[in-house]
Amino acid sequence: MRLPRLENAGVDAWLVRLFDSIDEANMPWLMALCRRCEDAFGTALVDLVPSYTTLLVHYDAARLSADEARSCLASILADLHPDEDAAAGAIKELPVWYDKSVGPELERLMAATGLDRQALVELHAGHEYRVFALGFAPGFAFMGSLDERLAMPRLDTPRQRVPAGSVAVAGRQTSAYPRQSPGGWNLIGRTPLTLFDQHREEQSYLQVGDRVRFKPVDRAEFERLGGDTRPVAATQEARS
Amino acid sequence: MSEMAITGADALRVEKAGPLATLQDAGRFGVRRMGVTQGGPADLHAFAWANYLLANAWGAAALEITLGGLVLVAERDLRLALCGADLGATIDDEPLAPWQVFTLHKGQRLAFGTPQAGVRAYLAVPGGFMGSPVLGSLACVTREGLGGHSGAGTPLAEGERLCVDVDALAGASAGQARAVPMKERLDYLAPAVLGLIPGAQIADFTGPSLFRAFHAEWQVDARADRMGVRLTGPRLECRLDGMISEGIALGAVQVPPDGQPIALLNDRQTVGGYPRLGTLTPLACSRLAQCKPGQAVRLAPVALGAAQSEYRRFLAALQA
Repeated sequence: MRLPRLENAGVDAWLVRLFDSIDEANMPWLMALCRRCEDAFGTALVDLVPSYTTLLVHYDAARLSADEARSCLASILADLHPDEDAAAGAIKELPVWYDKSVGPELERLMAATGLDRQALVELHAGHEYRVFALGFAPGFAFMGSLDERLAMPRLDTPRQRVPAGSVAVAGRQTSAYPRQSPGGWNLIGRTPLTLFDQHREEQSYLQVGDRVRFKPVDRAEFERLGGDTRPVAATQEARS
Repeated sequence: MSEMAITGADALRVEKAGPLATLQDAGRFGVRRMGVTQGGPADLHAFAWANYLLANAWGAAALEITLGGLVLVAERDLRLALCGADLGATIDDEPLAPWQVFTLHKGQRLAFGTPQAGVRAYLAVPGGFMGSPVLGSLACVTREGLGGHSGAGTPLAEGERLCVDVDALAGASAGQARAVPMKERLDYLAPAVLGLIPGAQIADFTGPSLFRAFHAEWQVDARADRMGVRLTGPRLECRLDGMISEGIALGAVQVPPDGQPIALLNDRQTVGGYPRLGTLTPLACSRLAQCKPGQAVRLAPVALGAAQSEYRRFLAALQA
């Protein structure tokens, strides 16, 4: 496939396909493209959805024809350069209490990898991740790339209720659940931070392009930071 | 910025909530990169005509009443507009047809029964229902707990009250004679033909699958809500096993490995990774949102240019 490519996504959207594989180095390009679209479309821009390799550009069809929007995107792509500010990326830290009571799949990972808890924590917290996209729920950030040794398939049966703050892994990605929701990822710990709050100025703590570090904390520190120590309900533990 | 105070007043009391009644405006925009979906009326067509009848601004907040069951009591005299599904509405037991403006006097009871044609009705008031916008919008998204009359994404509940702008009510009493043209009063019981703009992965579906996609009759599945509508019929085969998740537009028709397409509507997740046949036009999304489970629909390919022209004519007529 020749890239970049502009793909039709309905009467008022184009999907800009920049890359064909997941790579942290994609993000400065996608961030630059977002910024250029905001400048070029101005108030005719309705929404932008950056995600891994693509950007969905939703424009106001009352003001721009599909051809006009396409031409505008083509001219942006003709001289797109990665965004150096975004390339540096905002650094965000997530304190995490890694414990079986709030991260029941730590045991699954230990069994699969042969590593002990300490080694697992060091592997997960020892890497800086990039936010590739937000989706699934407000503030839910898809981050990568996880060390191959920690790559685990999702649970066969998703949980009905994953507690808010749960830090999880699936495949080569990691995330944290902003609020209680259903979910099929492997839970390995919990963060005390509120990841999404519509009343805050920066509603989502994590943004696409951010660089994220997980910082292990003990139970006392987790509680001091306001964390909820209630265990993941035993009845909901994975049976896979 | 205007310093004018807006005076809100209780207009309607919820006597019975029914299965699902929510406040919707045009939708929540500019926040999808945070994983926040767009929301807004599942049937934009009927919603926009209801606002048009009262000469409201585009996207003024109206009630989306799903399947009926809702009973409202007027707390003051109100001019209201009802468009979309025929949910067997009555005013103090007298039948009330959709696609018109009517007056509900203080103390009168507006009751919705069961679906006669279509599944979603839109009730508009002059100036739109009032509320505190969340992330710039009143659109109620229950899955996210955002928006609506409460701000917390809750549907209407018994005993709650809906608020209106009294100045807008006063201005509305002059009464412009607006009507919905007959051709826009859609027959939701008729077979639905949904315009679909073929997308980038269309060639990744097998030839027989593409033939089936556009020639078979599809049934609307019971798994149909504001996130999406599943269609059941012949199995569609795609040569792509999976894709990297990407932003999903309103009306995208994705085909998961079971080969049964899902049309994604207003409350869809913001990103997804299944191959797509393409994107339904906005008016096709509206039409689909009025289909009952078991109803037959067909997919018809439509060129982007023609689809955009149709949509722009719709916007031009209703944003005026």
